[in-house]
Amino acid sequence: MSLTAETHRDDLASKTGMWLFLFTEMLLFGGLFIVYSVYRYRNPEAFHQAASELSVLIGTINTIILLISSSTIAMSVTAIQKKDKKLALLLLGITIFLGLVFLVNKYFEWGGHIKEHIYPGSPVLALRGQGDVLFYGLYFFMTGLHALHIIIGLVFIGFITVFIINDKIDSGNFVLLENSGLYWHLVDLIWIFLFPLFYLIT
Amino acid sequence: MDFSLSFVLPYNLIFCDVMENEENHIIPYRTFLLVLAGLILLTLTSVAVTQIYLGTLTVIIALMIAAIKSSFVLRIFMHLKFEKKMFSFLIIAVILLICIVIFITLLDYLYR
Repeated sequence: MSLTAETHRDDLASKTGMWLFLFTEMLLFGGLFIVYSVYRYRNPEAFHQAASELSVLIGTINTIILLISSSTIAMSVTAIQKKDKKLALLLLGITIFLGLVFLVNKYFEWGGHIKEHIYPGSPVLALRGQGDVLFYGLYFFMTGLHALHIIIGLVFIGFITVFIINDKIDSGNFVLLENSGLYWHLVDLIWIFLFPLFYLIT
Repeated sequence: MDFSLSFVLPYNLIFCDVMENEENHIIPYRTFLLVLAGLILLTLTSVAVTQIYLGTLTVIIALMIAAIKSSFVLRIFMHLKFEKKMFSFLIIAVILLICIVIFITLLDYLYR
């Protein structure tokens, strides 16, 4: 605390606001999980067949990538608290890099499906029956929405990185870094459930 | 405002429980690395377990492991363990809401 005049700041309110926003995100994906469970209940055979076609290896690699990126952004908060600006920037750089690697993997994964004429609205997919259409429709929508969140998170973290470089975020004022971390962890959290539901449970 | 709310909410319990480490609680790097190792281990476990065919049990185990993983992410990565209890209460409420809605929806489909 310095004795000089400072602008009013309320970190607790800032964090509470972020959490309220994250709740709406949880409800958004929660709704999709309900749709998933109903579709799965009504088409158990088709979901079993379709889920076993997804690559468990790519899914596992992407899960581990996201987990590591979550830990690096969490550690960057520790680094900024310890006034280690360089380490904080390095850790954020690693987070952004891993997020991009996740998206590249996703690109190749989706590319593989599309090459096999599996995409929403594909006539080949329609021939395989309603269950497959529902499974892949949900798969593309939910992983696509998740990938959109990754992109938004990367932009968010990009801004935070610039703020740290410009000393707008430092050891006395890092709630924005914490909030970007919260967003990134939520994206990780959603993937923790998407991964078993689409890749593992066949 | 102050006195009217103090009847409704246990203010001390919700807002003042972690006052002492509210400002500058620094989590050591080691904690994050340990949690990360645990999370990767749990991921590999869930992959290994689901490769064995166990029927409905597979679904339960996979979701249980996902729940354990998310509790680690929420408590350590998202700092909930060190925040005011208010945040944890709210999150539990949201998770309960989602679970209740899934439960009621499935009741409808199973026993209609």
